[in-house]
Amino acid sequence: MAKQSIVPFGPQHPVLPEPIHLDLVLEDEKVVKAIPSIGFVHRGLESLVEKKDFNEMTYVVERTCGICSFMHGMGYCESIEHIMNVEIPDRAKYLRTIWAELSRIHSHLLWLGLLADAFGFESLFYQCWRMREKVLDVFELTTGGRCIFSVNKVGGVLKDMDAEMLKVMLDVTAGIEEELKVIKKTFLFDYTVESRLKGVGVLTKEQAHNLGAAGPFARASGIKMDMRTTGYAAYKDLDMEIITSEAGDSFARCEVRINEIFQAIDLIRQAISKIPGGELSAVVKGNPNGEYFMRVEQPRGEAIYYSKANGSKFLERMRIRTPTFANIPSLLETLKGADFADVPLLIVTIDPCISCTER
Amino acid sequence: MGIVKRSPWLLHYDGSSCNGCDIEVLACLTPVYDAERFGIINTGDPMQADIFLITGGINTQNQAVVKQLYDQMPSPKVVVAVGVCACTGGVFKECYNIIGGADTTIPVDIYVPGCAARPQAIIDGIIKAVALFQERADEQEANQKGQKTENAALNEAGKETGNGN
Repeated sequence: MAKQSIVPFGPQHPVLPEPIHLDLVLEDEKVVKAIPSIGFVHRGLESLVEKKDFNEMTYVVERTCGICSFMHGMGYCESIEHIMNVEIPDRAKYLRTIWAELSRIHSHLLWLGLLADAFGFESLFYQCWRMREKVLDVFELTTGGRCIFSVNKVGGVLKDMDAEMLKVMLDVTAGIEEELKVIKKTFLFDYTVESRLKGVGVLTKEQAHNLGAAGPFARASGIKMDMRTTGYAAYKDLDMEIITSEAGDSFARCEVRINEIFQAIDLIRQAISKIPGGELSAVVKGNPNGEYFMRVEQPRGEAIYYSKANGSKFLERMRIRTPTFANIPSLLETLKGADFADVPLLIVTIDPCISCTER
Repeated sequence: MGIVKRSPWLLHYDGSSCNGCDIEVLACLTPVYDAERFGIINTGDPMQADIFLITGGINTQNQAVVKQLYDQMPSPKVVVAVGVCACTGGVFKECYNIIGGADTTIPVDIYVPGCAARPQAIIDGIIKAVALFQERADEQEANQKGQKTENAALNEAGKETGNGN
């Protein structure tokens, strides 16, 4: 047996925007085992339910993560709305869907950039982030914020989009679609990129199922699972097909995410064409009493929001299960037998969001 | 060895931030805002860094990491706390695992407010940090020169007394 050595990876590492620590057990250049240790970003925000009432909690939940901030707020608000039996206006549902899909575009573009950075293609990284700025400009136009924009509230949304904003949104998404078609060629049909991605970190369908993978990571292994088909917000009125790939390697994950951006653009178009008029929020009276599980499809996969209320204005318990947490066991599986040089790339392919995971 | 005065290098570490300030810092370094035009470069190596950008508050587990990163940086160094969590603890101030802002662990020079801090504010903080860094570099150089001339004067004096005997 070759000599084993342990290489510590993180918490501060050039490729990681966020701190996670892995002890990599190596045999020559191959990884035999990866031992994670987490907790560098743990704040304990779930415990804040004791100090903030259920309305204020929306702003705390939105700060679970700055990338999928909107969807965190949406999931939490929908769980409270279900407990209180509040039917939110249709326009609010559509507005939530539009913002959620825009968040997905911005998150996936961010991921594509980080992936390009991880395999050392810096100009591609910059191109992806340049496109992402356009989405952030739309957020700023419609809500006033760039990453954390707090437009959700229990019972609906706080801000409206007028016809002009919707037109700008259509123009911007059309522009992104055109540019993405060009960039897609580099990601999917470039010899160099292919040689870094194809066959790297394969996760079979069985493994993904047994280890409970979620989101695009699971869909790249052929698992047909997308919480948007459960029809929360306005998704039940929109046509969508779950995007999957069979290969289960890093290339498939990249392909799935690129196609999901096109799908998100399509969903935004459908939502804008169908958006009804009307109120922005329903009147909410009293305090919640009961419990509910809400499942939301985030850019990284399925997130679960559990709220338990006891009739007072403070919730009894609030729990978030985030997709990255579900994907870490699968990541450790894909790291086994990988080259040491591929480790940063493989960590990026699950689209890790450590601040979601550790809350 | 000479003291670096121009083109400081930047180290970014995510304390316990929610990612919002984090990606805004990264957005600052990429095309649209391009903070690199002020002569800075983002590096992953604390031993080569001059400006330390920290986002997010300090919790019990990352306190040692932040302290270590700060100690590894060569002097002169400047610390910028980006976002309200790094300044005071922000919305998470009351959480059981948060000790407080970055200044509970390391000396902070520049505070950038905002949740999430806007790129314009972060760039403003970086420009101030670059100016402060140059000031400190000048100061340190002057000190070193002063020490050198002092040493030289002492040597001279030593020689003279030596000759005198």
